Amino acid sequence: MKRILFAATSFVLLAVFYFGASYYKTSRAAELGFLAQEQASTFVRPHSPTLGRDDAKVYLVKFTDPACETCASFSPFVKQAMEAFPSQIKFVIRYAPFHEGADEVVRILEATRRQGKFWETLELLYRRQSTWTQHHRVQINEVWPLLAETELDMERLKMDMKDPAITAIIEQDLADAKALGVRKTPGFFVNGKPLEPFGSRPLAALIKAEVREKYSK
Amino acid sequence: MPPLRASQGLDPNWVLLFIAWLIVFTSTLGSLFFSYVMEFAPCVLCWYQRICLFPLVIILARGLFPFDLHVVKYALPLTACGWLLAAYHNLLHAQLIPADMQPCGKGVSCTEEYLELFGFLSIPLLSLISFTTLILILITLQRRSTE
Repeated sequence: MKRILFAATSFVLLAVFYFGASYYKTSRAAELGFLAQEQASTFVRPHSPTLGRDDAKVYLVKFTDPACETCASFSPFVKQAMEAFPSQIKFVIRYAPFHEGADEVVRILEATRRQGKFWETLELLYRRQSTWTQHHRVQINEVWPLLAETELDMERLKMDMKDPAITAIIEQDLADAKALGVRKTPGFFVNGKPLEPFGSRPLAALIKAEVREKYSK
Repeated sequence: MPPLRASQGLDPNWVLLFIAWLIVFTSTLGSLFFSYVMEFAPCVLCWYQRICLFPLVIILARGLFPFDLHVVKYALPLTACGWLLAAYHNLLHAQLIPADMQPCGKGVSCTEEYLELFGFLSIPLLSLISFTTLILILITLQRRSTE
């Protein structure tokens, strides 16, 4: 009797947990799908850096922290997807500088953008991430020597970094990340659908499915 | 006490301990739900409370089979620690203790507001309610066992 009661209760509680979890995930995905249709701007702001053609029907949004290791290791997967579907995907970068000091790096990135060197700087920072981020700590002084490899006007860069417009961009992106439930980076959305479960293969599958849906008609 | 009742009926003390286990197990699953399903990052104080909470799932279950009230001796200190941490956390949360006294460094702030069920139930309050009920049950059991 006691054992049955114990076993049955354990089973019921675990079942509630399991179904509660799947219900939560489904309703969250549905809610985000609604947001994607009704408030597309939460996913893509006019200030966001983008790659790809304007008429692309698949928006791949990445909330990224330049100091995040997983963000760096996902960079090649995004590139692969862009190569596989060159005219169908538009890639959008949103900032989620959760690491301490990472917002300074975002400032650098935004400043390089004004000199048309955004994507190569981002790539460089990802590739050499281990030199300027150690144990999740941003060493901003290690970033400058790296930038010497690019042909950037450093004087102008340091001026541009102080622009309050960049602060506004970071604040907006962080607010949107919060609204969309992005608490870890990278946070991916494909046409508003969150990447679930997380992983490089699920990402490729989600992109493929979305491309097929938008371009089969 | 007739032998039939002792073996098959439910001893009220056993039921009480079972309820305590139920609270512990539900709280454990609830906290895992918050962090793994809803993806709230737990703050430092939450972790300390979890350290007191999670082992109780196993300790109390062990006391149920076979029924042994001595389990209270082992469970009560953990529960008391958990209760103190939860109480402290709630004081921080309600800003009755200035926030600069909090032990959390970087990472998630212990005063971060994740949810307010029915407008007042925060996560630290849920923890305090669990630990308070547990302490009451365990003290009752201790009194009964020494009687």
